[in-house]
Amino acid sequence: MDMGKDLVAASATPLVLAILGESESYGYAIIKRVAELSGGHLQWTDGMLYPVLHRLERQGLVEAKWSEAETGRRRKYYKITSEGRAQLAAQRQQWQVVDDTLRGIWMKRCTA
Amino acid sequence: MTTFANGPLEGEIAHWRAYLRSRRAVHSCDVEELEGHLRDQLTALTEAGLTGDEAFLVAVKRMGSLDELSREFAREHSERLWKQLVIGQDTAGKSGKATRAETFVVLSLAAAAALAIKAPVLFGIRFGGPDDSFYARNASLFVLPLLTVYFLWKRRPGVVRGLWLALPFAMGAVLANIFPFHKGSETEVLTALHLPICLWLVVGFAYVRSRWFTDQGRMDFVRFSGELAIYYVLIALGGGVLTGLTMMMFRSIGMNPQWFVGNWLIPCGAAAAVIIGSWLVEAKQSVIENMAPVLTRLFTPMFTVLLLAFLATMAWTGSPINVQREVLIGFDLLLALVVALVLYSASARDRQSPPDFFDGLQLLLVVSALAVDAVTLTAIAARISEFGFTPNRVAALGENLILLVNLTWSAWLYARFLYHRGSFAALERWQITYLPVYAVWAALVVVTFPPIFSYR
Repeated sequence: MDMGKDLVAASATPLVLAILGESESYGYAIIKRVAELSGGHLQWTDGMLYPVLHRLERQGLVEAKWSEAETGRRRKYYKITSEGRAQLAAQRQQWQVVDDTLRGIWMKRCTA
Repeated sequence: MTTFANGPLEGEIAHWRAYLRSRRAVHSCDVEELEGHLRDQLTALTEAGLTGDEAFLVAVKRMGSLDELSREFAREHSERLWKQLVIGQDTAGKSGKATRAETFVVLSLAAAAALAIKAPVLFGIRFGGPDDSFYARNASLFVLPLLTVYFLWKRRPGVVRGLWLALPFAMGAVLANIFPFHKGSETEVLTALHLPICLWLVVGFAYVRSRWFTDQGRMDFVRFSGELAIYYVLIALGGGVLTGLTMMMFRSIGMNPQWFVGNWLIPCGAAAAVIIGSWLVEAKQSVIENMAPVLTRLFTPMFTVLLLAFLATMAWTGSPINVQREVLIGFDLLLALVVALVLYSASARDRQSPPDFFDGLQLLLVVSALAVDAVTLTAIAARISEFGFTPNRVAALGENLILLVNLTWSAWLYARFLYHRGSFAALERWQITYLPVYAVWAALVVVTFPPIFSYR
């Protein structure tokens, strides 16, 4: 499925925050997790994740630190902050509203 | 470390990394992060059975277009597009220790320059009195040797070479002070004006080390000189604000800081600023765009218009140039400026690109400068035949001839270049080859004029 660019961009923040809400992670693993959760429907251009992560870091929603990975290379790990959790909760409510509204319209049409 | 036994694959990764690293908005730690991602992806793909090449293609494709990526990075990190010049911070490939050592050396030399200019006071030679001519003659000798020391320290050409460079400074110091100049004589003023020019060449030798005889080395020194002039003006503007505020604040509490400002702040600041300015230029050369060529582009059209308007007005009204001393020096400065415009536009030009509109404009500038110069030369010659030789007139005439030769040949080379008969490199080489001529003439004025004109 080809998703609109704007929708992908808008959903990036809550998705990343939600995945980091599960556990600390790094870029490649986040991409893999997104693909896994969406059953491969949500395909990001891998590189684009990093500007998003850096923005979240600047906004103080996630923290980053470099540490050694099992491969021996340095890897940048991201962790959600308490501010990030608050933001995630807020976004969750907003998406809920969008979801409910759309569901309301589409369900009605289906039953009608 | 995940390295791939497959040699070509490592090569491909290195290529990709170098390409990404050339983007200004993407810093090296981001490159490391992205490379880590690429390697994880490659590992996963090769484990899934793809060959190295296939895996690389897929992984790079998934990473997305690097143009778009760096645009995103630029949007997120817009501050990175403003190149920052942070002195004392580690710059590429230099250890913090080396940078600190340089900071220390520069600050010591700047302090030494500030003290050197005050040293004559110990021998009873004061500012703002009859001894001012001493300071005028020796001004360059207080600062330029220290600047040379800085470059010798930085480039480390060996002690012997360094000692050779001390020789011209010693000679300059002797000549400027043993000649029995008459008070306020023309030859004394000429010495004060010309000594810095020949000593600047010595600084150039220290600056380029052994590359003086390659054109590139001299061109680098030209670039350095232009940038230093710009930095010096900027520092002087800041100094002016500092001076003004010092005066205002202390006067407001009934003190007069005149003696401090005149005797300490301005002379010491002016001396130290040469060293500090050079250090800034050295530190920023790879960080910030060169300013001199930009100013050249901006002012070349305006000076062309000025010269053409001047020629047209003179032709229309028929009024001759009224040759006063200041006028002669003024016209020499104008020609020097035109040469500088040609030189700095050459310093920034890509030698391979074909002639464009700007080159035509440069030729017009040079030709109109030549026309103005022909008029000036006639005026000087008339004056000399009427009133005889004075040091000023001969100096003005000599400088005029030197600049005339330079501009004539430049015009010829420009014309050839515009008609695709010659290369731009020839013009650049001509300008660079000509540089020592200025210094040699300046040395001639310093060494021979005072005795020839019997210190008038």
